[in-house]
Amino acid sequence: MPDSNAKPVIRVRGLRNVFGTQVVHDGLDMDVFDNEIFGVVGGSGAGKSVLLHSILGLRAPDAGSIELYGKDVQTLAASDRSALVQSYGVTFQNGALISSLNVAQNIQLPLREHYSLSEKTLDELAEMNLLMVGLLPDDGDKYPSQLSGGMVKRAALARALALEPKLLFLDEPTAGLDPISAAAFDELLLYLHTQLRLTVVMITHDLDTLFRTCTRIGVIVDKHMISDSLEGIVNNAHPWIREYFHGPRARAAEKDAHG
Amino acid sequence: MNAPLALEGESGTWRLALTGDWSLVAMPSVEAQLNRLPDLLHGTLVCDWQAAKTPGIAPAWALLKRLAEIGADSLEVRHEGNPPHFLDLLLKLNADRHAAHQARKNSPTLEAEVGKLGYWAVVQVAHARGVVDFFGRIVSVIGQAARRPRAWRVSSLARHIYETGITAIPIVSLIAFLISVIVAYLGAQQLNRFGADIFVVDLVTISVLREMGVLLTSIIVAGRSGSAFAAEIGVMRLNEETDALRAMGMNPIEVLVVPRVLALVIALPLLTVIADAMGLAGGGLLSLLNLHIPLPQFTARMRESLSPTTFWSGLIKAPVFAIIIAMVGTYRGMQVRDSARELGRLTTVAVVQSIFFVILADAVFAILFVQIDF
Repeated sequence: MPDSNAKPVIRVRGLRNVFGTQVVHDGLDMDVFDNEIFGVVGGSGAGKSVLLHSILGLRAPDAGSIELYGKDVQTLAASDRSALVQSYGVTFQNGALISSLNVAQNIQLPLREHYSLSEKTLDELAEMNLLMVGLLPDDGDKYPSQLSGGMVKRAALARALALEPKLLFLDEPTAGLDPISAAAFDELLLYLHTQLRLTVVMITHDLDTLFRTCTRIGVIVDKHMISDSLEGIVNNAHPWIREYFHGPRARAAEKDAHG
Repeated sequence: MNAPLALEGESGTWRLALTGDWSLVAMPSVEAQLNRLPDLLHGTLVCDWQAAKTPGIAPAWALLKRLAEIGADSLEVRHEGNPPHFLDLLLKLNADRHAAHQARKNSPTLEAEVGKLGYWAVVQVAHARGVVDFFGRIVSVIGQAARRPRAWRVSSLARHIYETGITAIPIVSLIAFLISVIVAYLGAQQLNRFGADIFVVDLVTISVLREMGVLLTSIIVAGRSGSAFAAEIGVMRLNEETDALRAMGMNPIEVLVVPRVLALVIALPLLTVIADAMGLAGGGLLSLLNLHIPLPQFTARMRESLSPTTFWSGLIKAPVFAIIIAMVGTYRGMQVRDSARELGRLTTVAVVQSIFFVILADAVFAILFVQIDF
């Protein structure tokens, strides 16, 4: 548990998101503290991606406040906004690698945009980021369409890490991967988390990943978020959470994690 | 000068003091300073991170690489003064990099260049075969459909006739009308000098019915529907929908391609008739307003200038152009694989090629009709 005096990295209060007549979030609160891996869980359509888009400023919420590092993302001036964007990295569900660029160029894209670096430096940094996520330097020459699912996730992570962020958002990082690749991705994430002291917010449905990596979990139920430590959430009395963490799949994952 | 690093010491014991800004922003100056270090050092070197402000990963990586370069195997490097927390990771990555580089080799040779040429030739041949194959498949599906009524996908056919034909009526009408007005107007300027105003009617009638009606319609349809065909089918390819169809025992050519080809073969001649009518109306209107030729005189002169084949020599080209446009569009769509970039490229190719082939076919028709006096 983070101590109660710590200042949260992400602070969401009273978030409300409405699509037409459908209320997705209503009075959602969320705190993410420094150096934790925060897992976001919720049923399909519960608004996990909408929450992420709101935090990233890709969608203006209908009500509520969102602060990153104590700055309100909605009222930020354009110049501050650019600095804020550079302080976090994001990976999207299907990688969202730019398909007309090869992997190395994808990694260099944010670096080129924000810094004026020599070609040699850019190549070196692309190589470093590839090595960091467990890819080979040669993989940089490949195009996204030539990569396997696991490599796409890793390449997306490499691009997200290119600007040396302290905060990382991962949207379903292990979805669609075989168990071996998914487990390898978990280990990579844990390793980078300790080595780079990252704060990670991860949307995931993968119970193995949740049990293996997350320090705290936020569950979106009834348009709110219930967040607690892994143990606290597992023992929560809410029927949906009970079902989620005590269903047949969850029991197996929990056994693996503790066994 | 805020030097980010300073090298002190001599003969075997070196000390590298890192000072000032070592974040990613300072990368260019860090790099320049690193390049100024001597090319070869022996002994031990102590990196002092004490005075380095906000060390970033990229500059640290550049430092490690440079130290590995100048030290070769004869320099022992130690990091002191509270080095950044990610240094262990970078040291490990640097070791990985060495291993990876030893396995890597690349050298462009003459062999590879000749290989490229050969590869290109093989691709072109395969490409030509692909086109013939595609055409053959369409014909074979239509042949089989004669015996299997369900293969005529009527609802799909109707949808495509609506989308390629009905919805194109306004734009086709407008453009045919305007072009015909322009031709009549410019023609009148010239013919007026010879006092041959009335021949504007011949000019409009023959040019619209023989050429412009069908050609303009085809070019508009190629831009509208040829691109739509390529894009629709291309997205379905990217989504693996064509594979899904095949896995369910359906033939994508039958389900996706043939309805589009047939729809266009039906829609394009009808659009051409509309374009012809609008073109003549435009010519008639301009003649009335600009040349003061009353409408009865215009229609009478029009009948005189027409030979029995004038209208048909335009219309008969429409189904042929329709097949060209639909086939090029669907073929390019079916070629899409892997990426959004391919989709965009092939959609562009579809439009450009279908317009080119339509004009080529039109030239062939022109020569043919003159030869057989049609």
